[in-house]
Amino acid sequence: MAWRDAKASRVRLLLFMASIILGIAAVVSIQLFRDNLKDNIQRQSKSLMGADYLIDINETPNERAQFIIDSLNPVATEVNFVSMIAFPKNGGSKLVRVRGLKGMFPIYGEMKTQPQMAAASYQNNGGALVDATLMLQYNVTPGDSIKVGVITLPIVGALNSLPGSSAIMSSVAPPVVIPYNLVDKTELLQFGSRKEYQYYYKATAETDLDELDKVLDPMLDAENADLDTHTSTSRRLGRRYENMGKFLNLVAFIALLLGCVGIASSVHIYIREKLKHIAVLKCLGASRQQSFFIYLIQIASIGIIGGVIGAIIGIGIQAAFPYLLKGFLPFDITVTITTQPLIMGVVLGFIIAILFALLSLLNTWFVSPLEALRVSDPNGLKKPKLARFIVFVTILLFLFLFSYWLLKNVTYAVGFVTGMLITFAILAGIASLTMKLIKTWFPKSWGYTTRQSLLNLFRPNNQTLVLIVAIGLGTFLISTLYFTKDILLSKTAIGNTAQSANIILLDVQPEQEAAITETIANNDLEVIDNIPLVTMRIHSVKGMLAKEAQEDSTVTIRRWVYNHEFRTTYRDSLISSEELLEGSWTPNVIPGEVIPISISDNVAEDANVTIGDTIVFNVQGVLMETVVGSIRLVDWGQLQPNFSIVFPNGVLENAPQFNVLTTHAPSESSSAQLQRNMVTKFPNVTVIDLRQVYTLVEDILNKVSWIINFMAFFSILTGIIVLIGSVRTSKHQRIKESVLLRTLGAKNKQILKITALEYLLLGTVGSLVGILLALISALLLAFFIFKEPFTPSVIPFLVFLPFISLLVLGIGLSNIQSVLKSSPLEVLRREA
Amino acid sequence: MSKILKINGLEKTYVSGAKQLTVLQHISFDVIKGQTFAIVGPSGSGKTTLLGLCAGLDTPNSGNVELCGYNLNTLNEDQRAQLRNREVGFIFQNFQLLPTLTALENVSVPLELQGAKHAAKRGMELLDQVGLADRFHHYPSQLSGGEQQRVALARAFSNTPSILFADEPTGNLDEETGEKVIKLLFDLNKASNTTLVIVTHDLDLANRTQQILRLKGGKIIANQPTTV
Repeated sequence: MAWRDAKASRVRLLLFMASIILGIAAVVSIQLFRDNLKDNIQRQSKSLMGADYLIDINETPNERAQFIIDSLNPVATEVNFVSMIAFPKNGGSKLVRVRGLKGMFPIYGEMKTQPQMAAASYQNNGGALVDATLMLQYNVTPGDSIKVGVITLPIVGALNSLPGSSAIMSSVAPPVVIPYNLVDKTELLQFGSRKEYQYYYKATAETDLDELDKVLDPMLDAENADLDTHTSTSRRLGRRYENMGKFLNLVAFIALLLGCVGIASSVHIYIREKLKHIAVLKCLGASRQQSFFIYLIQIASIGIIGGVIGAIIGIGIQAAFPYLLKGFLPFDITVTITTQPLIMGVVLGFIIAILFALLSLLNTWFVSPLEALRVSDPNGLKKPKLARFIVFVTILLFLFLFSYWLLKNVTYAVGFVTGMLITFAILAGIASLTMKLIKTWFPKSWGYTTRQSLLNLFRPNNQTLVLIVAIGLGTFLISTLYFTKDILLSKTAIGNTAQSANIILLDVQPEQEAAITETIANNDLEVIDNIPLVTMRIHSVKGMLAKEAQEDSTVTIRRWVYNHEFRTTYRDSLISSEELLEGSWTPNVIPGEVIPISISDNVAEDANVTIGDTIVFNVQGVLMETVVGSIRLVDWGQLQPNFSIVFPNGVLENAPQFNVLTTHAPSESSSAQLQRNMVTKFPNVTVIDLRQVYTLVEDILNKVSWIINFMAFFSILTGIIVLIGSVRTSKHQRIKESVLLRTLGAKNKQILKITALEYLLLGTVGSLVGILLALISALLLAFFIFKEPFTPSVIPFLVFLPFISLLVLGIGLSNIQSVLKSSPLEVLRREA
Repeated sequence: MSKILKINGLEKTYVSGAKQLTVLQHISFDVIKGQTFAIVGPSGSGKTTLLGLCAGLDTPNSGNVELCGYNLNTLNEDQRAQLRNREVGFIFQNFQLLPTLTALENVSVPLELQGAKHAAKRGMELLDQVGLADRFHHYPSQLSGGEQQRVALARAFSNTPSILFADEPTGNLDEETGEKVIKLLFDLNKASNTTLVIVTHDLDLANRTQQILRLKGGKIIANQPTTV
């Protein structure tokens, strides 16, 4: 019987199934991709690091640090730094990461070179391994030479891959590997140079890496060194993709919820239309269970079939992710397909279909056989209060468990469910308010067609509540996704204007400043900024020394604050990437007065200081007392020199310092010319061409945007199908009325007008409220979940609002096409 | 005596898959203005189809229908709708009231569609005539079957039609209520001098009309005045 009944309603049931298919497809694909990403990170973490663990330090290790490093017996040692190199063959120059290596590195993974044997021989030969892409770009081959600092080395091989170098890093500063003992001879490591020493270790089978980290890290921290294990690296790598993961989870949650809305609204109207059939079945002797199970079996079967199809589509989609993300991830992803997602899809499809159909299905239980004999209002059916309450609570419980499964956080899960409840309640409230307002302020003097449309909105058999909630929820979820996508993608908006600097020259020594300025001028370029840099360490915070802070467990100053070598600057004004949060900015200070400094909000938080607190700095041996004069919000994402600590003018002018110069090169050739001149005359100065970084960052972000857009629009498609389904299922509600009006003499235009106004009002109210609610939810998501600033896009208002309103109108009008095209008698008979 | 409805050589065939089902064939008859006319016949004989064709609710495969001087074949759907709105009243077996409208609004619909100004006033008068003035604000679901049919009756007369088509008007009512409705129908018909075409199984009801058309298997087997 269930099958026979379903056959007659297959179009409506197919739309209902589409909601399930798309919802499940999104959940399965995202969940599978996340699992694969996590598995791959864990599996490849040793190869990514090249060792079981490493110690890294940004300065030459002191005696105690060296003792710890040596006592653990490192297998390999590395010092790396960013520098300019040159190819004498053609005069080409490029910013690279020089990696001076000794010992057996990598311990895990592989250094892939061409020729293959170069990886094993370069240390003994005194040759360099150069990034393969870089060699292609500059048309150099093994046998040519490379100038690193003041020395020139033979290139012994092309470097195809090396643990510790990601595609992103390699694109900005491709790796060049040289023997460790040649690093000093390059004379590149001077005062103020940024460098990193890394010591690689192999752990024994018994070593508990987490325990080792716990014991050694505080000791190494005290000596400004750090311990990294491959397990912590895999955790950190996982965190790097956290926001994207959160977004994908949100997509999965929303796609499934859209599916649920689709199920609930279509089953609601479907069952309402079936009540008469059920009454007839009961007249013919069907028991309550029998009539209930006819529809339960239908819904459950659709849920299962939808789940299977959705899971298969989901598997297909997730298989495409690794190809799309190539270059963004520092490792290759191997996709494994198991039966688990299929099972998950089927179970989820079954559960959501039943659960969200149950409120409507319960009505079948209480249909009186008498309904077959008389015309009555389906809304007037007895509502099983307790059963409905239980179903409602079960739905909430499911939503909570599902969001907890996705988010692994009770607070977020409760927040999501509460948010959905509030949204639902507001939408239902708005629907009721709309009906009440129209009823109260009913325009009695308006034309008949307008009045008939408005009457349809609040009179018996109205679909205002169901459609406003369905359209509103659909639009809310779609718009939330769109706003959230914007939050994540806002970072892609990077400025690259003619006025802004696109070349940065780092590590300019004071005695080189004049000559470099002249070189820039000789290249027909202009120095935009000349930023002085003074390195210093924090000696005490609010009178508390580092040692005292470490011994006092009640002190909440983060340890890095004392260990970090701050690169500070001085100037008299804020720059575009800064915003004053607290206190006042002091441009200049007279010698001998209190020195008010400006600190970034993250330093203020980690050092636990506020306006007026004292901080004493150790400026290369000289102690300098300052007070916190202002706290700034710094947009570190802007590609320009940003500082956590800024002094006013009049304090640091005579301190040992070096400079950062910026300029704007209008073309690639002018940039190349400047780089060639710089690398020849000033090999210690690092030249960063931001144009390359802009292109690279844009490329990476484009890939991420693509995935985010793809998944967002996948869900938006689900939403649109759900909307079509919801409005389409309301077809039979109005068709009989339209044909009756037709019989009584209504013209096509009148019927169209009555229908159009009703659906246009429903579409506009539903989508407008949905978008407004989405605005609030996106604001909350930005603040609590993504922790990013939120600037709302106007697209949902300019595109979604008219599009969804017109979509609803279009479906509404297409619903009555049969009335307009067929003869009234034909439709009356069919509908009967 | 002018003819308000002229049917000539009417045929209607429905196509279901590869099968053709002829519902009406060689149907020709006339209805005189002001006449009461009954169409009788067993189930499946094509009574309701014929009524629909006469009222312009459907189009024939061949033959002509001339209603109130208009050849329906030459009119499009909107023009036929306009003609119905001006000249025709309907009563259905299952009442066919608009569930979203009150009794008064249902009665006023034909006039509202014309854009008439005093639709509500006329609606109230008709509800009063069918004895439901005090139930004007009730929805169809709040009325009994007899009451719903009385509202439908009031609606049918609201546009003072030249011809009224009634499809089994008492089919869903008990005998007593049916009798009341029929009395009302004939009274209103007499008062407004409307032509009445009734489709019915009920021979007693048919015998109260002036002319009876008998259908069987989609063909006319008799068309004669009642003997009363």
